[in-house]
Amino acid sequence: MATHKPPASTSKKTDPRSASAVTAVEMGARQREISISEFFTKNRHLLGFDNPRKALLTCVKEAVDNALDACEEAGILPDVTVQLEVVAIGSSAAPSASQATRFRVTVVDNGPGIVRQQIPRIFAKLLYGSKFHRLRMSRGQQGIGISAAGMYGQLTTGKPVKIISRTGPKAPAHYFEVQIDTKKNEPLIHENKQIEWDQPRGTQVAIEVEGRYQKGRASVDEYLDQTSIANPHVRLIYRTPEGETKEYPRAYHELPPSPKEIKPHPYGIEFGMLLRMLQDSKSQTLSDCLSSDFCRVTPVLAEEMCKAAKVSPKAKPRDVRGPIAETLYHTIQATKIMAPPTNCLSPIGEKAILSGLYKQIKGEFYTAVSRPPSVYRGNPFIIEAGLAFGQAPDRVTKPDKLTQPLAEGEQEEGGSELARVIRYANRVPLLYQQSACAAFKAVLATTWRNYGISQSRGALPAGPMVIFVHIASVWVPFTSESKEAIAEYDEIHKEITLALRECGRRLGLFLRRRERAASEFRRRNIFELYIEEVVEACNRLKGGKLPTAKLKAQLQKIASSRTGGIKTDETLGKTGAGPEGLPHSIIVTAEGIDGDVPPTTDLTDSLAPPSDVPEEIGIREKPDSSKSGRKPVGKTRLMKKENSQAAPPPSPQKKTSSSRPQAGSAKRGRKVRPTGKKQ
Amino acid sequence: MAKTKITRNGAVEKKLIGLADLVITAAQRAKDPTMAIPIRALSNVTFNERKGLLEMGDKKQARSFFNVGMAKKFMQTILVADALSELQRAELTTSLREIYYRTKHTIQDSHENTFDTQDESDPIIEDLEVSLTALREELHVRAENGGSIVGPLVLGDDGDRVDCAKLGKGGYSVPSIVEPEYVEIRRCTADFVLLVEKGTQWNRLSEDKFWRRYNCVLLTGNGQPPRGVRRLARRLHEEYKLPVYVLVDNDPWGYYIYSVVKQGSINLAFESQRMAIPKAKFIGLSSADPERYELPRNVGIKLNEKDIARAKELLNYQWFQKPAWQAEIKRMLASGLKYELDALANKDFQYLTKKYLPRKLKEKDWLD
Repeated sequence: MATHKPPASTSKKTDPRSASAVTAVEMGARQREISISEFFTKNRHLLGFDNPRKALLTCVKEAVDNALDACEEAGILPDVTVQLEVVAIGSSAAPSASQATRFRVTVVDNGPGIVRQQIPRIFAKLLYGSKFHRLRMSRGQQGIGISAAGMYGQLTTGKPVKIISRTGPKAPAHYFEVQIDTKKNEPLIHENKQIEWDQPRGTQVAIEVEGRYQKGRASVDEYLDQTSIANPHVRLIYRTPEGETKEYPRAYHELPPSPKEIKPHPYGIEFGMLLRMLQDSKSQTLSDCLSSDFCRVTPVLAEEMCKAAKVSPKAKPRDVRGPIAETLYHTIQATKIMAPPTNCLSPIGEKAILSGLYKQIKGEFYTAVSRPPSVYRGNPFIIEAGLAFGQAPDRVTKPDKLTQPLAEGEQEEGGSELARVIRYANRVPLLYQQSACAAFKAVLATTWRNYGISQSRGALPAGPMVIFVHIASVWVPFTSESKEAIAEYDEIHKEITLALRECGRRLGLFLRRRERAASEFRRRNIFELYIEEVVEACNRLKGGKLPTAKLKAQLQKIASSRTGGIKTDETLGKTGAGPEGLPHSIIVTAEGIDGDVPPTTDLTDSLAPPSDVPEEIGIREKPDSSKSGRKPVGKTRLMKKENSQAAPPPSPQKKTSSSRPQAGSAKRGRKVRPTGKKQ
Repeated sequence: MAKTKITRNGAVEKKLIGLADLVITAAQRAKDPTMAIPIRALSNVTFNERKGLLEMGDKKQARSFFNVGMAKKFMQTILVADALSELQRAELTTSLREIYYRTKHTIQDSHENTFDTQDESDPIIEDLEVSLTALREELHVRAENGGSIVGPLVLGDDGDRVDCAKLGKGGYSVPSIVEPEYVEIRRCTADFVLLVEKGTQWNRLSEDKFWRRYNCVLLTGNGQPPRGVRRLARRLHEEYKLPVYVLVDNDPWGYYIYSVVKQGSINLAFESQRMAIPKAKFIGLSSADPERYELPRNVGIKLNEKDIARAKELLNYQWFQKPAWQAEIKRMLASGLKYELDALANKDFQYLTKKYLPRKLKEKDWLD
């Protein structure tokens, strides 16, 4: 950390103006190193501890992120329990959750556990961890998070962090109480013993912190909610400070593929970084150093670059410095080098996003898009976007029953709500600084009106809609250390926009189809309604002497022939997208546009809410009957009657065309584009 | 609904019932019930130069029941027809708004209303007037009493004798229906009719007893004159051969009011036969007046975009093609200003009565 350097010549004892002026020597005596822990003690807002409410969230978040990273790296499907308890201060009784100012955050995972020697340093030393020095996608990046949470707890409550960890059923469980020595940035061990623990494996962290518990936006509840959407492979149990237990079941039974570690890409490094790498290289020659310390640099390419920079490829890397190194740096930047490999990324995948959204958000339409990998500043990244649209049918029907005749000037309640954007970086929800975030800006910049969604200038699109944006990268460019917003690199903005547009196109198609069905329904409906009126009026005009039943029958016959008669009846079938058939309007599907919907078995297994079960049964039968030869993997989730609506020409063709790339190429994601073009 | 003495006219009722028959016959033949409604727009209006009035063309619009876009209107038309025939049977007259309320209800098994606002029912009544070639009063629908009259004439209304010279400065409120069956003109000794756009100026003239000195009938329609006022002016013009002078603000809307009195309106072109007064004269305020009467520039109002657009529309109307009119409108556009009649008060409260109109009449300074 930088120290204050006073301007050299300002202080002179003879200066009469300042009696208290000090000499450079005196100042020099005061100048000393600042420990990183001290720095963050004073600047805790940089790490997300600005206020008690946010601090509580940050503690939960850091602990959960660590738990998930550890489980995934060890190839374990995570089971995580989060518990918030109100802590009484002194001898007074514990206040209610909303009044309390002190909480105990306990997070338990079923991960690999931590070896005994490392426990104190992981939890009580800032900038200590496994993730900083490698380029591999993970939630945590710097090794600040959990120890900062511990430090915050220590600062506000004076209590140590309590850890239990066990690496396997045969290993003993270790119990630690640690604090951080803020001057030395070293752990202080208060307690260390072996204990009995009912968990066969895993880690438990308990931190006591000053905080505030308040529901709503950017709350612990919202964070866990959103975590569960982007991590449907996680089973999450949350015990609220109010004593409730919420369970987020596992909706997806596959671990995300483990991301590979990569070497830095030449485009992604700065000059100073290159100098350091040259100094630290274990290679004997420059060309060797370039080809082995960077990705995508072959020995041939390394030699070429050396030649172009007029440096001997045989030079010792250590000797390359000064202007030569600078020439080399610019040469490297000017050379055409293949984009970095992307197996270091582990996108959530369209299937998983869909199951996550479907599980957590009640709506009528869901879709998800994974973009192909792209690169900013030499760092590979993948953008994924998703969308959940509509209201759950139960929410729609209720007001319907209560409707009274409308008076002049009254209107039916229109959905004036704006869309909600949920943002993720490496599967971690971002809850603060929405408007500074590249993802949010891209949502604003997308012209949702093209897809049948209203949007006022410079505002979010309007409608019952949740927009999901995820960036997966080995190094997510946050705008600050507290990891709240994604920086707006052009490449990132472009990818997000493309993903959102694809989602928008599908939504537009869905809305148009639904609108078409609804208008057909309305057509039938209005004729039926109006026939009654017209017949009655005619009867009155004719002095009440009209055989009304006969006239009505005649008119109804014309009506049904005009609207396509029985055929339309079938098409409409149970869609009931019109106002009369609301109970049947659950259209929870990507509608044959993208075939990448969670396998039905997964859904049936894991969808807990009993109300959803009947539909699931309906779903499961569909793929079997309609597409006999194929496995029900990645098939559109067709709801009951939804099939009948999607039946008209477009969908079957789309399905066949989209299924080919699906069978051939990668299992997850990406093959959506072939269909996208069609629209 | 007010009870008035009305001679029952079976013809209109038959026409209304005809609409029901149209539905019944179409239903029997398994056809889509369709009525033809003359189009009430500029596209279906022609200016008959010989007669000097607007005439409605014979373009018609089909209104079918089994067409999603028209079904509701069709249903509404039948409902209004039903309400109108109810009026016929009960021998009552009513207002447009009461028709709206009478026909408004929520359709069974839905939360849709037959009509949501009066804006939906008013045009349907006009549609029926046109397509059944029945006058509004024949349909027993009256408009607001939108005007006043004062002057040396005696009217008979519901058997009462109304001497318009003895009604103080308030005058007689012109009913919306002034056909001879409802209002008779028993005596009229005036020399001309002065139709004033604004009630305020009419009050000024009435208060100053302008009509007595110049022996004229003072009429106002408070803005765009309603049918009653126009029809009464036409009757005075026709039955007593009185010239009609129109006094309006100097702006495009004033010009149009004059043209409506003279040739008829686009919307009610079918009525111009009995409403228009092709010989009516435009007495003021002309765009030449500010200079001639030395009105200071600061009592003018800058023309806004709407004014300019409307003025340009007028320039293109066939019935504004006379060179004098083109010059009049272009002069206003060139000055960029409009003047209200009220602006004459800048010179004197009674300037209109004592200077402006006398001079105009003396110099015969009007536009045809």
